[in-house]
Amino acid sequence: MKDAFGAPQSLLVLGGTSEIGLATARRLIARRTRTVWLAGRPSPGLTAAAASLRALGADVHTVPFDALDTASHEERLGKIFAEGDVDTVLLAFGVLGDQVRDESDPLAAVRVAQTNYTGAVSAGLVCAQALQTQGHGSLVVLSSVAGERARRANFIYGSSKAGLDAFAQGLGDAMHGTGVHVMVVRPGFVRTRMTAGREEAPLATTPEAVATAIELGLRRRSETVWVPGALRVVMSALRHVPRPLFRRLPV
Amino acid sequence: MAAETDFETGVDTRVAPALDPDADPALAAAADSAEDSAEDVGIDTLTGWGRTAPTHARVIRPRTYEEAAAAVRACGARGSIARGLGRAYGDAAQNAGGSVLDMTALARIRAVDAEAGLVVCDAGVSLHHLMEVLLPLGWFVPVTPGTRYVTVGGAVGADIHGKNHHVSGSFSRHVVSLDLLTADGHVHTVAPGTPLFDATAGGMGLTGVILSVTLRLLPVETSLMSVDTERATDLDDLMARLTAGDHRHRYSVAWIDLLARGASTGRAVLTRGDHAPYDALPVRARRARRSPLAFRPGQLPSPPAYVPEGLLGRTTVGLFNELWYRKAPRRSTGRLQRLSSFFHPLDGVPHWNRVYGRGGFVQYQFVVGHGQEETLRRVVRRIATRGCPSFLAVLKRFGEADPGWLSFPMPGWTLALDIPASLSGLGAFLDELDEEVVAAGGRVYLAKDSRLRPELLAAMYPRLADFRELRAALDPHAVFVSDLARRLGL
Repeated sequence: MKDAFGAPQSLLVLGGTSEIGLATARRLIARRTRTVWLAGRPSPGLTAAAASLRALGADVHTVPFDALDTASHEERLGKIFAEGDVDTVLLAFGVLGDQVRDESDPLAAVRVAQTNYTGAVSAGLVCAQALQTQGHGSLVVLSSVAGERARRANFIYGSSKAGLDAFAQGLGDAMHGTGVHVMVVRPGFVRTRMTAGREEAPLATTPEAVATAIELGLRRRSETVWVPGALRVVMSALRHVPRPLFRRLPV
Repeated sequence: MAAETDFETGVDTRVAPALDPDADPALAAAADSAEDSAEDVGIDTLTGWGRTAPTHARVIRPRTYEEAAAAVRACGARGSIARGLGRAYGDAAQNAGGSVLDMTALARIRAVDAEAGLVVCDAGVSLHHLMEVLLPLGWFVPVTPGTRYVTVGGAVGADIHGKNHHVSGSFSRHVVSLDLLTADGHVHTVAPGTPLFDATAGGMGLTGVILSVTLRLLPVETSLMSVDTERATDLDDLMARLTAGDHRHRYSVAWIDLLARGASTGRAVLTRGDHAPYDALPVRARRARRSPLAFRPGQLPSPPAYVPEGLLGRTTVGLFNELWYRKAPRRSTGRLQRLSSFFHPLDGVPHWNRVYGRGGFVQYQFVVGHGQEETLRRVVRRIATRGCPSFLAVLKRFGEADPGWLSFPMPGWTLALDIPASLSGLGAFLDELDEEVVAAGGRVYLAKDSRLRPELLAAMYPRLADFRELRAALDPHAVFVSDLARRLGL
């Protein structure tokens, strides 16, 4: 159960090697989290991630989970919920793709879309249903500012996040009044492995900062969280920039 | 019993045992028949009085004992928990995904023995209702907390205490017997001194559903209180005054200014009182002399449903505390006060919990034993230094411990304070205070808890193992479960 400050006792991270996911897990373990489920494709990275959280004193389990294999989601995730309540689910999987290459390789582009959007729709619905049955819990969905308005430089990733973002907002409204809380997190440029080597955008942030924002959002039961918070204002301005001008912006 | 009156019908009745404990098969049959199904209020999001950690449950409102039994049988995999008027601050009366029995429809005072001072009532009867009925007969509830809007069942389940703990102990000490619906569908009449009673008193509803309670009452001559007030300049002065003078009064409590720092850290206003005897009423007070037992609680309008957060910050609360301290007389004795304003000043403002805004608030109440005054001083100092905006902080000196295995009181000092939940870093800060409390052999109050670290529970409640064992035997499938029980692993 979550405590009065929204700190969960059990956490399921979908995308168990996600740096933001792990930073959040570390932060929540420092509060009340004792049980962590890391769901991801079996890999040395996943095992190492589990070991790093175990070292902090949590009871960590890894679960094989592939966002692209949507047919297996219900069974794989159902098993976790059958073991006990999950207070918070963090939907943290996603791929950035390589925009330049993907534009000429539609199959690779589709894989980005399927991981970030279709996979998340499937996993999100399965988890929301399970949370609704247990009558409480938060589903934290990692969206991105890239989904707020598609940019020339990464519209394949951006459009997949736009779909995810819209899905999560709608799911949040559907879950309103069921005891389930859906929170959409929109970080800006986060310095992680996924973005290594790329040119940093303004207002770049870190996985730890996103984790802090998630913890605060859980406490406030926020529906939307921007990281850093200033992006809310920036993006609301950018949203209204006319197309010819937006196209030319160096963002 | 001498005079037995059914207060709903006004007709004298004999109290028939509502449910025969041995007639279980019949009860089971009743449970399955459709006519006996309790009112299904629907699915609702519930919180405690602190308005934190909302969860969802099916709320069922039994109107008879049979309906309660049927509801428990039909509760499903996520179990059931009884809920009264929702005054527990945390998640004690919530059951996410399961069912919650709203007991407030079981609210009949079944019998009053006005000679011996006994009342038999359903668990859903509020202390407010009891006062309305009993005061004119010259009886008062033996223990009342800071609100009279709690049910009798909740009072036993949380084993509440009041300003008279140093004299009278907790609520369950005045229970002559109670009827408990357990997980197997049986109704047990439970008497004090038995393990089931001691597990149920303070057991947070986890042993079963309390259906009715027989309570021993306190005789009073008037509905007024004779109150002594004095100021204490700091915490040590306060403790000295409480130690020296508590035994002279039935009721004693101190409001403490937790924002005062430096030399005045822990300054307080002590109020102590006793039920005013008829002779103490001034001759001029004709109305009071004519109807000395009238119960006239006043009521103010409630705060609006939406209150902006952060209204009660350090500045506003600091100002309030300053005024509250200054307005109290340095010393006054024998002032007459209404029962309601002495015991339940906050009940005058319905929904006062809204003043903390959407984020809600946390109540923190702990007790440390005598000899642990240093811990109390340190905690008060830390709260003051940190500047927790708390305007409802009280310090009380407890009497003897109560028999309930999970009963909160122990001889020593208890401090209760409320803090807006949105205060940043509050969770970690309260965890640090917990460490101090545990190190001093103290405990926090489960009826107010919404955030305790589960690992500390066994150290705080040494009888926890017995409680768990009894619960495992009595309710192997965990039919009775609450968010509190899940969170703390009770």
